Amino acid sequence: MSRLIFDDVACARGGRMLFEDLSFTVGPGEAALVTGPNGCGKSSLLRLAAGLLAPAAGTIVRDGAVALAAEAAALDEDRSLIDALAFWARLDGQDKQAVAQALAAMQLTALAEVPVRLLSTGQRRRATLARVIAGRAPLWLLDEPGNGLDTAALEALGAAMEGHLASGGLILAASHQPLGLTHTREIAL
Amino acid sequence: MSPFLILVRRDLGRAFAHGGAWLPVVFYLLVATLFPFAIGPDAALLGKVGGGALWTAALLAALLPVERLVRPDIASGILDQITLRGQSDEAIAAAKLAAHWLSFGPPLMLATAPAAALLNLDGATFIRLEIGLALGTPGLAALGLVVAALTASLRGTGALIGLVMLPLAVPLLIFGASAGPGALKLLVATSLLFVAGAPFVAGAALRAGRT
Repeated sequence: MSRLIFDDVACARGGRMLFEDLSFTVGPGEAALVTGPNGCGKSSLLRLAAGLLAPAAGTIVRDGAVALAAEAAALDEDRSLIDALAFWARLDGQDKQAVAQALAAMQLTALAEVPVRLLSTGQRRRATLARVIAGRAPLWLLDEPGNGLDTAALEALGAAMEGHLASGGLILAASHQPLGLTHTREIAL
Repeated sequence: MSPFLILVRRDLGRAFAHGGAWLPVVFYLLVATLFPFAIGPDAALLGKVGGGALWTAALLAALLPVERLVRPDIASGILDQITLRGQSDEAIAAAKLAAHWLSFGPPLMLATAPAAALLNLDGATFIRLEIGLALGTPGLAALGLVVAALTASLRGTGALIGLVMLPLAVPLLIFGASAGPGALKLLVATSLLFVAGAPFVAGAALRAGRT
């Protein structure tokens, strides 16, 4: 069973303490929304949860695979969208079908053959989310997933997140705007 | 396909996709073309110094791909995503090393045939040069990767890459260009040392760059 537990975690970046004594648990089917002003450590919290940063104090328990949608799309600029996503699907042990479904979920099917470098900001954001969906990891870490998305894309994101939670997934999201998630716990930094 | 092969395949595809992998080869051939103009049409002299000139050209050509080895992958968040999938930094570096050599070593060895003709190298020198490149280019690729990982988070590294990498490559140049007995064995030893150490040094550099 996948879960994410923060126990008295502290995070320091560049000699400055961003937050201390942070404890929370996210279980299957649960979503948590990290809120707070700019620079308070929301992205760092997600990187801690992903295991890309080490906490200054405390322990983080993470069971199950992780998918992170950070600021960078992490897609090869020169390849077509579907090829760039297929690379990650191969690493995640997923097939072409998972990529096709993720593209459809983010309304990107028509752009599948377009090189990543030609995508707009919002399309790029949707492609990043499609990468997360295609990986089929139980724990989603989403950093400002709604940034640059139009109303239709926000609805698609909401549907994808609800579907993920309904199938027992976990979501930890950092966002300024409401993401249309019900039963979201808030972690204020 | 194993994650290692997936990573190697991606790096190879990127290297050849936009002709980037041919840049060192073109540079190498350019030096082989310019050298006779500078030395003059003395066939005997060219044949004598040509081998060493090509080794120097190979060394300088090895600098060209360094900047695009690691930095773009860090900037685009791709290395973070690979790490997230449980790949160690050493495994990532080893995959990058394999892909880098494949896109650099064999093309350079192919280009040595026309280059040797341009410099009037005799058969024995040509064979010796090809063997030397086969043994030495893995070491050059390893050095390139280490320097790429070390300088990935710095700004304006164009000149720095040469300053860091070229002194370390001197043993490869000496043993590779030398015709003396035992030189090839020392070349293999140096190259092996670099190849064996590179994944760990580059891996540590990648890890340090992430925090």
